Amino acid sequence: MDNVRVIEVKQSVFADNNAEADRIRRQLKENKTFLINLMSSPGAGKTTTLKRTIADLKDELRIGVMEADIDSTVDAEAIAAAGTKAIQIHTGGMCHLDAGMTEQGLRELGAEDYDLVVLENVGNLVCPAEFDTGAAKNVAILSVPEGHDKPLKYPLMFQVCHALLINKIDVLAYFDFDMEKVISYAKMRSPSIRIFPVCAKTGEGFDAWEDWLRTETSAWNGGV
Amino acid sequence: MHELGVVFHVIDSLKKVAAENAVERITAVTLQLGEVSAVIPSYLTDCWKWAAAKEPLVAGAELAIEPIKAISWCDDCKKQYGTVEHGRSCPYCGGGNTWLLQGNEFMIKEIEVPGPEEEADNG
Repeated sequence: MDNVRVIEVKQSVFADNNAEADRIRRQLKENKTFLINLMSSPGAGKTTTLKRTIADLKDELRIGVMEADIDSTVDAEAIAAAGTKAIQIHTGGMCHLDAGMTEQGLRELGAEDYDLVVLENVGNLVCPAEFDTGAAKNVAILSVPEGHDKPLKYPLMFQVCHALLINKIDVLAYFDFDMEKVISYAKMRSPSIRIFPVCAKTGEGFDAWEDWLRTETSAWNGGV
Repeated sequence: MHELGVVFHVIDSLKKVAAENAVERITAVTLQLGEVSAVIPSYLTDCWKWAAAKEPLVAGAELAIEPIKAISWCDDCKKQYGTVEHGRSCPYCGGGNTWLLQGNEFMIKEIEVPGPEEEADNG
């Protein structure tokens, strides 16, 4: 006789994380805090983009930053030097943040005091895309040296993103990077994705990106 | 790539299931894994062995993985095709107006727990 009992579970492994992420989103909406989840591969320019964005917007928006890395505090220090509060979240070896870690970070930051909170996810185009962090919008950065085929190779990352910054356009002339192709590949994954070609080093293209950020922040926070 | 992370999520979910069903020990777990779920079964099994050993609830529990075939749908010619073989392009019409019907699942299907007799013996 089989002395075991089978219990049917039929539950997605991501169900808990998704439920937690939805709860975080509702809380942020109530507190009028717009959270974006910024993702890219390592070295695409997340921190440089953030530093410039903060410098441009810090007089009109209260901005807080959560830096997620496997280890070290170099990014949080760089952001703090740009003049805003930044906390460091260590993922303890994990390749992504999940909703639980995001919530701890929001608590530590005191997220309710900010209009805009940016979560700088671990540099990785695969794992962060799988886990909903509770952010209102997902934003990815793809840099020119990485190549225009990335939306084909990492479909989920581009599928979950609402906006895409194409960074380092100052070096376009040196790479076989096809801007039209990358735009069409990204739209294949996410038809309504907003695409901003920028250069974080020189500030080129930042007006359009910051306008989007301003509009989305005030739409979420219930402003004009 | 993040197999260890998802194993922790699986174990967290199992703890809740165990609490809801008043179960103290799980002897086997069956997962359903889509072909394009970005989780690699052999890595998952290795991570499971390592992480499960640390949790009394699932220590030594066997992990079974049932694959789910990835199937896409072409909205232009209204046909299904294998996603792994053909990707985003429909093999019938060559079009790209396609989407995934199934194959990115990652589900806990069922668990096995000691039956009432054994529990009675132990108790």
